[in-house]
Amino acid sequence: MEYCRGDQNDRNVKIKFDNSKVHPMKVLMFGWEFPPFISGGLGTACHGITNGLLHNNVELSFVMPTKRGKELNTSLNIIAADEVPHIEKYQQAVRNTNKTEFLELDSVFSISPYYTSETYREFWHHFQQVIESKNLLEEYHGVLQFTGNYGSDLMDEVNRYGFVGELLGTIEDFDIIHAHDWLTYIAGVAAKRSSGKPLVIHVHATEFDRSGENTNQQVYDIERYGMENADRIIAVSYYTKNIIVNRYGIDPDKVDVVHNAVNKHRNLDQLTIKSHFNEKIVLFLGRVTMQKGPDYFIEAAYQVYKKIKNVRFVMAGSGDMLPRMILRMSTLRMLDRFHFTGFLQGLDVERMYAMSDLYVMPSVSEPFGIAPFEALLYDVPIIISRQSGVAEVLKNAIKIDFWDVNKMADWMIKLLEDENLAKSVVEASQQDLETVGWDSAGFKIKEIYESVINNSKI
Amino acid sequence: MVAVIFYFQVHQPFRLRRDYRFFDIGANHFYEDLEANEGILNKVAEKSYLPTNNLLLELIDRYDGKFKVSFSISGVVLEQFEKYNPQVLESFQQLARTGCVEFINETYYHSLSFLFSRKEFKEQVLAHKKKIKDLFGQTPTTFRNTELIYNNDIAEFIEKMGYKTILAEGANQVLGWRSPNYLYQPIGCYKLNLLLKNFKLSDDIAFRFSNTDWDDFPLRAEKFAGWLHSINGNGEVINLFMDYETFGEHQWKDTGIFEFMRALPYEVLKHPDYEFLMPKEASQHYTPLAKIDVPYFISWADVERDLTAWLGNPLQDSAIEMIYSMENAIKSSKDLDLIHTWRKLLTSDHFYYMCTKWFSDGDVHKYFNPYDTPYDAFLIYSNVMNDLMETIKKRGLLKKAI
Repeated sequence: MEYCRGDQNDRNVKIKFDNSKVHPMKVLMFGWEFPPFISGGLGTACHGITNGLLHNNVELSFVMPTKRGKELNTSLNIIAADEVPHIEKYQQAVRNTNKTEFLELDSVFSISPYYTSETYREFWHHFQQVIESKNLLEEYHGVLQFTGNYGSDLMDEVNRYGFVGELLGTIEDFDIIHAHDWLTYIAGVAAKRSSGKPLVIHVHATEFDRSGENTNQQVYDIERYGMENADRIIAVSYYTKNIIVNRYGIDPDKVDVVHNAVNKHRNLDQLTIKSHFNEKIVLFLGRVTMQKGPDYFIEAAYQVYKKIKNVRFVMAGSGDMLPRMILRMSTLRMLDRFHFTGFLQGLDVERMYAMSDLYVMPSVSEPFGIAPFEALLYDVPIIISRQSGVAEVLKNAIKIDFWDVNKMADWMIKLLEDENLAKSVVEASQQDLETVGWDSAGFKIKEIYESVINNSKI
Repeated sequence: MVAVIFYFQVHQPFRLRRDYRFFDIGANHFYEDLEANEGILNKVAEKSYLPTNNLLLELIDRYDGKFKVSFSISGVVLEQFEKYNPQVLESFQQLARTGCVEFINETYYHSLSFLFSRKEFKEQVLAHKKKIKDLFGQTPTTFRNTELIYNNDIAEFIEKMGYKTILAEGANQVLGWRSPNYLYQPIGCYKLNLLLKNFKLSDDIAFRFSNTDWDDFPLRAEKFAGWLHSINGNGEVINLFMDYETFGEHQWKDTGIFEFMRALPYEVLKHPDYEFLMPKEASQHYTPLAKIDVPYFISWADVERDLTAWLGNPLQDSAIEMIYSMENAIKSSKDLDLIHTWRKLLTSDHFYYMCTKWFSDGDVHKYFNPYDTPYDAFLIYSNVMNDLMETIKKRGLLKKAI
């Protein structure tokens, strides 16, 4: 069924490696974010995954809604959906030049949800010929509009993105499709239909992580649609795999787990960062939203605040819960030792880690959670919630249940007061970290691609 | 005779930098947004203070001393005049020399200090008194607390400090059926007289003047004087208290506010029973009609006329508690710069910016608020306060104070 470990496997790898020199595997990948256009962890993860795949000799075309007319600093082939010629414009172009010829094409479009990949390919081949023969490409270079944000017309953008996926499925050359998170599932499935190539979807987060029990039905439906239509599903953790199986009714055998990794370099030398405080700093860094558990952090911080003086707390990040958190903190009268930085980016993030003595991630539901890795790069001991995927990788980290505020506070005090303990937690966690890297994640993903392609050929 | 009493509040805070971040704490001790403070002061000076001062000088001159007004100019705005626009200060000094302008005493830093530290309150009142004496050559006998914040305790305290007159809001919850148009005496006081703002007539000028939805729009001097004259026989003093920025800033020049003011003395003085007086004169001319009991704090802010513009939500309460908790440590340094820095953080505006009641008076709060949200205001303020706290810790002042 699957590759077994051992000599045979090693040989397989070698053979594959040689094969890839001859014909490297080509992936059409759909994402929503990519550096520098990132608002959360998805863009960072996609960046790491694509690098990991490139290092494993996989060729990639990465599709994203928009790059805002800029050239991105990457060796990837980036396709911006808003720069892809708009099909309707083509329709119009053809309509204007050859009415009779287009009528039959039009009927294909109108039943588009039901066409088979064969008829669609036939149609496109014909269509492209018509367009090329009329030399209309330059003249009618219309495009769909994308903001690539998470604004109010998100659903529209997701659907338009699907339309672009359908188009790219026919005109791009690739062996497999890979789609990251629900925003791109429609595009991924559309590309699968128009190309007949297998689809892998990558679940970085589910609607249950984002919204708790108050899920958005539309989003849930798209997620389920993606999962059901995918040939294989990659989950970023067993925690997430469980959700996929239990909440979406997916066969567990269809779901592989590939843990995320972290870029193992830091820009700032820790010694150059001087904290201006005598007190130790306990850090919460992340979006200040329900699923990140900022409220549990504040309650635990308050217990610590009352017991030890030599500590400050920092909540870095912004989000819809921020005003409430500020009110809560001021109600508890911690403002002489509790600070909010707002949203941090770039070097400020690293600076914040470097200044900190303890990092706490009390996530209520975290499919993976890359921030603890970053904290470890700066030798900061971490406390993470059991309700996170990263807890599967960092076996030696201090783990608590997000709701167990008392235990969270106890651990904070222990780690702040016992420097030897703090040091040993850091060292043990850093050892856990040694085994994870984007290249090995890329290797695992490549293996999944291969098994999917082989299965689909049978 | 019926006296019309004009009293104008002149105040601008030292606003804090909006980019004072967490990373600045302990490293950066420059708190103020110099550019914004200078820019706003000069803009308001040009639109309001200078043209209105000129108009008042012109009117005092034209009516040969029959037109009189009074001012309360906070210490912090006087400092900004000295620093950024001495011309404004000179024109106030020119007004002082006419003898028709009274300068009223308040807390130097336009603070809520009476509520948190009587010691600090007294020091600020005396500092402001000295500033008025130095700049305008007057020894004030009239007191007005920040934003007309008032209760029985303030009145008694002020009487003990030797003042003859105090101003307050003619709030409905205090007056009930009584008229604001008489001289009163605070309960528990025997020398101090109380002038209460006629908020209906004051706000007709300050807030409603340019409101096109208002039934009485457009308001002309003749009509307004008519309303004043209709009080004859039912009152002795008509207290028109407002922000000085009403002229040219809250009500722009093109609303006709300057023409209104230019015409008003003539229209008022047409009636032989009417005169303009300064608060200290009114206090001497009339006898208090009754004692007024104000056990709870009132102010002239918002529809509630209470303290909820500055206090009451946890942002405001926690911030103000913390800043006043530093008083002894700060003062023990005997470092005048440090004390001054701390005191500028006591200015009421900082807490006004943290107000979260965005309902009835949200628009007014927003208009005066340099921050996007009260939370931003709070975070900047607490960053600054924490830096000051670090300074006093590093200087070993905290232990000394405790």
